[in-house]
Amino acid sequence: MLAIGAFLVVCVLLPLYSMLSKSFENADGDFIGLANYADYFSTPALFLSAINSLYVSVTASVIVLVTAFVYGYALTRSCMPFKWFFKLVALVPLLTPSLLSGISLVYWFGKQGVAKELLFGELIYGPIGIIIGSAYWVFPHALMIVITALTITDARLYEAATALRTGTLRTFFTITLPGCKYGLISAGFVTFTLIFTDFGVPKVIGGNYNVLATDIYKQVIGQQNFEMGAVVSMILLLPAVLAFTVDRVVQKKQVALLSAQAVPYRPKPKRKRDLCMLVFCSIVAALILLMIGMAQYAALITFWPYNLEFTLANYDFDLANGGGWDSYFNSIRMALYTAAFGTVIIFFGAYLVEKGRRFIAGRSIFHAIAMLPLAVPGMVLGLSYIFFFNNPSNPFNFIYGTMAILVVATITHFYTVSHLTAVTALKQMDAEFESVGASLKAPFYRTFARVTVPVCMPAALDISMYLFLNAMTTVSAVVFIYSSDTTLASVAVLNMDDQGEIAFAAAMAMMIAYTCAGARILHALLTRSIMRTTQAWRTS
Amino acid sequence: MKRRYLHSMLAAVAVTVLASQSWAATTLTVYTAIEADDLKRYAAEFNKYYPDIEIKWVRDSTGIVTAKLLAEKNNPQADVVWGLAATSLMLLKAEGMTQAYKPKGVEQLDKKFVDGEDPPHWTGMDAWVAAICVNTVEAKKLNLPMPTSWKDLTKPVYKGHVVMPNPNSSGTGFLDVSSWLQMFGEEGGWQFMDSLHQNIAWYTHSGSKPCRQAGSGETPIGVSFAYRGAKVKNKGAPVEIVMPAEGAGWDMEATTIIKGTKNLEAAKKLVDFSVSKEANQMYNSVYAVVAYPGVAQPVKNYPENIGAKMMNNDFQFAADNRKRILKEWQRRYDSKSEPKS
Repeated sequence: MLAIGAFLVVCVLLPLYSMLSKSFENADGDFIGLANYADYFSTPALFLSAINSLYVSVTASVIVLVTAFVYGYALTRSCMPFKWFFKLVALVPLLTPSLLSGISLVYWFGKQGVAKELLFGELIYGPIGIIIGSAYWVFPHALMIVITALTITDARLYEAATALRTGTLRTFFTITLPGCKYGLISAGFVTFTLIFTDFGVPKVIGGNYNVLATDIYKQVIGQQNFEMGAVVSMILLLPAVLAFTVDRVVQKKQVALLSAQAVPYRPKPKRKRDLCMLVFCSIVAALILLMIGMAQYAALITFWPYNLEFTLANYDFDLANGGGWDSYFNSIRMALYTAAFGTVIIFFGAYLVEKGRRFIAGRSIFHAIAMLPLAVPGMVLGLSYIFFFNNPSNPFNFIYGTMAILVVATITHFYTVSHLTAVTALKQMDAEFESVGASLKAPFYRTFARVTVPVCMPAALDISMYLFLNAMTTVSAVVFIYSSDTTLASVAVLNMDDQGEIAFAAAMAMMIAYTCAGARILHALLTRSIMRTTQAWRTS
Repeated sequence: MKRRYLHSMLAAVAVTVLASQSWAATTLTVYTAIEADDLKRYAAEFNKYYPDIEIKWVRDSTGIVTAKLLAEKNNPQADVVWGLAATSLMLLKAEGMTQAYKPKGVEQLDKKFVDGEDPPHWTGMDAWVAAICVNTVEAKKLNLPMPTSWKDLTKPVYKGHVVMPNPNSSGTGFLDVSSWLQMFGEEGGWQFMDSLHQNIAWYTHSGSKPCRQAGSGETPIGVSFAYRGAKVKNKGAPVEIVMPAEGAGWDMEATTIIKGTKNLEAAKKLVDFSVSKEANQMYNSVYAVVAYPGVAQPVKNYPENIGAKMMNNDFQFAADNRKRILKEWQRRYDSKSEPKS
C-alpha cells in the first residue's frame, strides 16, 4: 500500500506541485502570486479557448457515450451475430495515435478530400473535424468501461422481472440502466476529460479553432512561456476535481451487483432487436474502418493528390524527419515494460482501494490521487516531469533521459482508466468473498490469489492490453521527455505530420497499427485460454 | 587482508575503465533542428576531419528544441547546438546558457552571420528565407492571378485562399510578422496584417505546413519559406516559389556551445568545423544562402534572386519586441474562433 502510494505521490503529486509553483512564478523564478492568472483571464482569446474546449468536449462526449452504450449493449445483451467481429473493430482506434484520425480526415474531407461534398461547403478544419476525430479515438475508451459495467449482472433480476411480467422498457430503466449507472458516469467523465485534454486531434485538424490543449502547446512551444503554460494546465485540471466529486457521490450509492449467489446473465434471441443492433453496429464499424482504411491508402500513395501511384517508399523512415526505424523498436520495448509493470501496480492499487478494510482515509486519498492522471494532459505531465525530474537535487534525477522515465510517465498518464476498470471489476465482486476468506482464517493474500485474481483475470488482461496500446500510440505524455536514445514511433508520427511529411506520418501510424493489431490478436488468444481455465463458472 | 585485496582489485578495475575511456571516442550530444535526411551526411562529413568525436543527435522542430533547452536550463543535457534558429540562440544567450568562443576561421564569415559580441556566443550557418508557395494547378482552377508581393496577398481575390503559420507557435510565422513590422513600419505593418487576416483561410502550427498544404492542394497559397518550397517542388508538386517584391524576412541556422559542457574541447572542434569552408559547402547542398561568402552555388528549384530579396533584418528588434508583438498579434487575430471560408 505504502509503496504504491509513494509511487503515485512521486509520479503525480510532486511533478504537479512543481507545475503549480511554476504557475506562480515569473520567468526568472520569482514568486509573483496570481499575476499570471490575472494576465490569463484578461486575454479574451485565451478565455474563448476554454469555452471552445468545453463545447467540443461536451458535444463529442454525448455522441460517444450514446454510441458506446448502444454498441456495448448490443455486444453484451443481444444475440446479434458476428459479435467477435464488432468487438474487434471497436478496438481499432486504440491501435493508432489520435493524430491518425486527423490525418485521415484531411484525406476524406480536406480541400482535396474525396468526400468533401458531404460537408456542404463547411471546412473540416475546425470544430467539425475535432468532434469527428475525437469521437473516433475516444470511442473504445468509453466502450471498455461500458462493457465492463454491462457484463457482470445478476440474471436473477431479469428472471424476476419476467416472472412479474415487467415490460421490456421498464426492465431497461429499472434494472439495466441503474445497474450500469456507475459505469456510465465513469465513462462520461473519462470521455469528457480525454477530449478536453487531448492535443493531437485539434493540432492536426483544428484550424483556427483554439482549444486549451493547443493553447498550452502555443504558450510552451511557440513562446517558451512555461509559466503561462503552467497556468493553462492548472485550468485544465478543474474537470478532474469535478469528476472526482461526482465520482465520490455516485459511488456511495453503488451496491454490489454480483453477490456470491449471482447467476450470470445470458441474452435470449429477439429477432427485431438483434437486427436493429446489427445494423447500428455495422454502421459504426464501417465508419471506423473507413477512417483507418484511408490512412492505409495514404501511406501507400506516392504524392497525394497529384501522383496516385502506389509505393512503399513512405516506409523508408530513416529518410523522414522525426525518427527512423529505431524509434519504432524503442516504442515496442517501452510498451512491453509499461504493460508488464503497469498492470501489476495498478491492479494491486485498485485492490487495496476497493477491498482494504482499515485506513479508510488513506484509501480515499489514494483513490483521489489515482483519479488525477486522467485530467492531466500528457503535455502537462511531460513538462512537469522535466521540471521535477531534471533537477539535480532530485534523488530520482537519474531516470531522466532514460527508458524508465517514459515507462513511468506512460503508466501514470493512463493510470486512471485502468484503475477504474479494475475498481469496476472488483466492485462487482461481493465483499462476502473476503468475509468468507477471513472466517476460514485464510490470509487476505490467499483470497487475493485464489479468488480475486482469477475472477478478475479478464479485466487484468484488458488492462495490460490497454496499457500496451496506449504506450504504443501516446504522443503528448512523452514528447518532452524522450531522449535521442529513446525516440518513439508515435512522436515520429507527430513530428512527420508537423514537418509536412504526411505520407510518412500515415505510414508510421500504420506500422503502429499493425503492431498493436498483432498484440491484440495475441491477447484474444490468451484471454480465450484463460477464460477456459479460470472463468468456467460464468457459463456453467 | 581480504578487504585490502578487494580494494586493489577495485583500483585495478577503475584504472582499466578510465584508460579504456580515454581511448574511446568522445561523444557529443548535439541538439538540432536540421532536417533528418541531412543529419547523417553532416555527421559523416564532420567525422572525415574528426573521426574520434562521435555525434549523438537530438533532433526536433525549432520550437521543441528551444523549449527543451530552456526547460533543461538547470541541468543541460546538450553539449552543442548545431543548426537552430539564431533568434532561439539569442534567447539562450539572454538566459546565460551559451558559452562564448571564437571559432578558428570565424573572421572569414559574413559579419551578419556572427554574434556581435567578441568573442561571439553563436555563429550562423545558412539563412532560411520567407517565401510564398503558390500551387499553379489550384490557382488556375480558381482563376487566381500569380501574386508577386506581400501586398498582393491582401487583394479581395485571394479571400480564403491564403494559409500562414501562427507566429505564436511557429518561428517562421514570427519571422514573417517581425519582417512586416520592420518593412512597413509599426502602424503600416499592423494595417497590412489586418487586411491579410481577411484573406487567411487558417493559421497553421508549423512553418513548413503552409507550403506543404500548397503542395498537396489543400490551399492555393501558403506563406512559408524557400527551403521548404524547393523540397516540395522536388517531390513533384505543381508549386511556384514567389519571392515577394518588398523583400523577405529571414533567420539563420546557427551554432553555439552550451555553457558548462563537460566536453568543451570536442565541442570547440565541432564549432570550428561548423564555420569552415567545407561545412558551408555542405550546407549549400540544400540552402542557397550560406554564411561563408563566395561558396554558394545555385540550388535546384530555389528562387534565383533570393539573396537580393533578403531584407535587412534587425534581429535585436525581433528579440527585444518578441513578447509584445506576439501578444498584440494574439489580441488582434487569435480570438477569431471560426475558420473563415
